Amino acid sequence: MISWSGLVAQLTEILLAVLLAPVLQGWVNQCRAWMQNKSGPGILQPYRTLRKLFAKEAVLAHNASPLFRATPYVLFACMVLAAAIVPILGTDLPFSPAADAIALVGIFALARVFISLAAMDIGTAFGSLGARREMMVGFLAEPALLMSLFTASLISHSTSLATIVQHLTQAHFVIYPSLAFAGVAFTMVSLAENARIPVDNPSTHLELTMIHEAMVLEYSGRHLALIELSAALKLFVYSCIGIALFFPFGIAEGGDALGLVLALPALVAKLAVGGFAMALIEMLSAKMRIFRAPEYLGTAFLLAVLAMLIHFLLET
Amino acid sequence: MHLSFASQIINLLAAILLLLSFAMLTQRRILSLINLFALQGFTLTLSTLVVAWSTGQHHLYYSAALTFALKVLVLPWVLHRLIRKLNVKWDVETLINIPTTMLVGIVLVILAFNVALPISQLAGTITKSTLGIALACVLLAFLTMITRSKAVPQVIGFLAMENGLFFAATSATYGMPMVVEFGIALDVMVGMVILGVFFFQIRERFDSLDIRHLEKLKEE
Repeated sequence: MISWSGLVAQLTEILLAVLLAPVLQGWVNQCRAWMQNKSGPGILQPYRTLRKLFAKEAVLAHNASPLFRATPYVLFACMVLAAAIVPILGTDLPFSPAADAIALVGIFALARVFISLAAMDIGTAFGSLGARREMMVGFLAEPALLMSLFTASLISHSTSLATIVQHLTQAHFVIYPSLAFAGVAFTMVSLAENARIPVDNPSTHLELTMIHEAMVLEYSGRHLALIELSAALKLFVYSCIGIALFFPFGIAEGGDALGLVLALPALVAKLAVGGFAMALIEMLSAKMRIFRAPEYLGTAFLLAVLAMLIHFLLET
Repeated sequence: MHLSFASQIINLLAAILLLLSFAMLTQRRILSLINLFALQGFTLTLSTLVVAWSTGQHHLYYSAALTFALKVLVLPWVLHRLIRKLNVKWDVETLINIPTTMLVGIVLVILAFNVALPISQLAGTITKSTLGIALACVLLAFLTMITRSKAVPQVIGFLAMENGLFFAATSATYGMPMVVEFGIALDVMVGMVILGVFFFQIRERFDSLDIRHLEKLKEE
């Protein structure tokens, strides 16, 4: 039975995610520009780009199949669904029983499969090159992501994200070494999954290095706008999962209105700090060779597995 | 689970120690390896201090001071000097397939945890659950020694193994008697000096620190 207040909270969260996601991306870019001693385009720049792209005409290749047209919508739907089941403001989410942490990883995998297929659909060299690299990064990142989510769910005996967050906020202050390890692993994975610097460079169109950009080269107009928005949403959702699992303080329990209102400034503050940290990581590290990516993601996997083992040894 | 704050800190430090062991296992550069070793010594000092403070065992303060002096200051300094003199400061070692090494390391950790679990249940100390981590550190340091082909990283692996043993001693029995501890410290020190002399001998004889040359015993 879905209550009205829960439904309202749920819809507010989804709307908030879609609205805040470009701002987060703009904030990360702005921070990066500041660190490079540039003035930066402002945090609303992604909105301007989106408006421009939505106004433009979408051009399709002659040999584009329906899959190519459908992919931007599938991608966007996947990311909205992911945003719906992650506790962003409160834990009373009517949609969250629909999918737990494992299904969430599945949703991301679905989006990845679709965009890779669409990239290969046109038959350009860059598209399939990007798709292959994306699949390689994906298959290495997924186990590490799952393991770090499992560590959090082992602590709270549930794979549902809402329950995990509820458990973590309710418990009195305890140091979980396992959660710290899982947090580092999760950060590494989310940098890789969101096409950020150690693995991919979001601001380059150099054909030797690009992964995500190579896949969306053939898109234009509203399709490209939707893909850009989905990428921003993905970053937002990943940040929110990180916040929910590793810094859950301030997320409202249940559905009381006051808690939700108070959770918003907490979320914005945490996202601002997280975005700054992400920009800092990107500034301090160099993009690595694609063949170093297995090593990087292997380290993330190792950390996540260590987190689980340490949980069994020290915390049970 | 309801652990005291001190034992939570010790658990955290134990986890960091394990992490550093893995970092040493996968580190290519000798210089970073030495820094990691010093960091491991520092973590060990902190954990010994916390154990000493929470249990009121005074002799542990001395052993923490000894650890700090020996493993954070003297040995890293000697190693730094050594690699500068041997001119291997920027040496990069090609390791066998790092992800594979890490997977082997994880298997070792699982093994160590399983072996240590029944033992640590018998112990009555507040740090009993860290025995598995100490054992894992010893095994990982052993693996570090096995996978290296140059002499200096092998010695660092050997020293890291001693770190693991020391941590095992503190976690299982609140440290060894002072005499034994001094003895081990002296052993490590002397071992380091002798091995330092060996390094120069090996290099003089073979023009390299790769110990695979030692496998050939024929006169040429």
